[in-house]
Amino acid sequence: MFEGRVALVTGGTRGIGAAITQALVESGASVAAGYSRGRESAETFARQMSQKGAAVSIHQGRVDDVVDCNRVVKEVMDRFGRIDYLINNAGITVDKTVRKMTVDDWRQVLDVNLSGAFQMTKAVLEHMIERGSGRIINISSVIGETGNVGQANYAASKAGLFGFTKSLALEMAQRGITVNCVAPGFVATEMVAAIPEAALSKVVEKIPQRRLGRPEEVARVVRFLLEDDSSYITGAVYSINGGLDM
Amino acid sequence: MDSLPFHGRVGIVTGGSRGIGGAISSLLAKEGGTVAILGLPEDRARAQHLASRLNGAAPRLHFYETDVGIYERCREAVAAVLEEHGRIDFLVNNAGITRDHTVRKMTIDEWEAVLQVNLSGPFFMIKAVLDAMLERGYGRIVNISSVVGVSGNFGQANYAAAKAGLIGLTKTVAREVAKRGITVNAVAPGFIDTDMTKSMPVQAIESAIAQTPEQRLGKPDEVAQLVRFLLDDKAGYITGAVYNINGGWYM
Repeated sequence: MFEGRVALVTGGTRGIGAAITQALVESGASVAAGYSRGRESAETFARQMSQKGAAVSIHQGRVDDVVDCNRVVKEVMDRFGRIDYLINNAGITVDKTVRKMTVDDWRQVLDVNLSGAFQMTKAVLEHMIERGSGRIINISSVIGETGNVGQANYAASKAGLFGFTKSLALEMAQRGITVNCVAPGFVATEMVAAIPEAALSKVVEKIPQRRLGRPEEVARVVRFLLEDDSSYITGAVYSINGGLDM
Repeated sequence: MDSLPFHGRVGIVTGGSRGIGGAISSLLAKEGGTVAILGLPEDRARAQHLASRLNGAAPRLHFYETDVGIYERCREAVAAVLEEHGRIDFLVNNAGITRDHTVRKMTIDEWEAVLQVNLSGPFFMIKAVLDAMLERGYGRIVNISSVVGVSGNFGQANYAAAKAGLIGLTKTVAREVAKRGITVNAVAPGFIDTDMTKSMPVQAIESAIAQTPEQRLGKPDEVAQLVRFLLDDKAGYITGAVYNINGGWYM
């Protein structure tokens, strides 16, 4: 379905990002997956993905470093010659209640989760505008809608993505570029596995479906929004959360 | 044929003979599903016309004359579908009408007619299919709401109220059946190129397009693709959601 198309997925070697990379590779796209740490596991992941047929490349860099963002986009352009899809998926958590949260904790999360999406978008945007087509998906979170104890920084960064998505969607609406958000609930990834077990079972109790989501379920929503036929969907937030936030 | 994604699945699309509903029932039939179109007497010929353009998929479209604004008719139609096809996997509540007037000029009848079809109709249909779905522990329900249900619209107090109400219905039923293998979601289209928008004054359509960031009407098939996405087996973690498709008209 995506033969000849090129996707850039930040944080694309782990968790939801890895599932997105896999779904796109399986749909025929070439995928450039960004990662910040863990070269070996990223390389292993890339080898696994390459066996599925389409080309997969990995790119080390920090989305909170504008120099890295521009360099990675240039690497991808040099290698594949085009970028059709940008998936801003890279995200971190530094959880603390506001009373205990340092200014540094706050800034670090905003820099990666929100400014990272802005910087990556700026790095690919001229190219997409020139070609008059593109799809940008920002991976937000249910926490951006509901807030969460101990996650003021994360919630602010993910809610910020809604505003960013909608503004950019308006700016790009007549240029063939759609911009949307996917807002997952609690999905079985390393990030969620880091939540203490007692806290996690409380979370699951609050999910009407009483289960965590699977990364591939989220990847499916992303892939749908990337399709050519999805061009009338822009500025939208598509939730997938087992009914956690309605 | 077995490889078609909706092979062996049976579902209902209310108002499925034209407009967005027509695109939904055609798409699902083409993908292998058996589709029961519920409609008024005058929709029978439209459903036949729709089927005539489907070639091999035509035998999978079936028409049931039903006024969804009447609970007893909904129950009869669902019983007939179950009798003839043995199961109901999905329900798309798509039937809708407009009776546009500003509130000052809107009659009580116009208010009630729109609420009866657009809001009570989906409630009646959900009630009628729910036991069959619960029994099998599987179901997909998609309610076609509207951007107007979220934004409001001049001259559409009744339509906006019904479509907003549908979102409340969606979320409530989603909660009630969340543990039972049934998902319930709403799709909220913007201005789509159908008979309903064609009946709008030219000036109103032009202004709707001008206000749409993408500067065009949506196509029924674009909405159908989204509905089909939510009806898929693999969409099981999406429930209680409202998915907009409006070219940026409302964010």
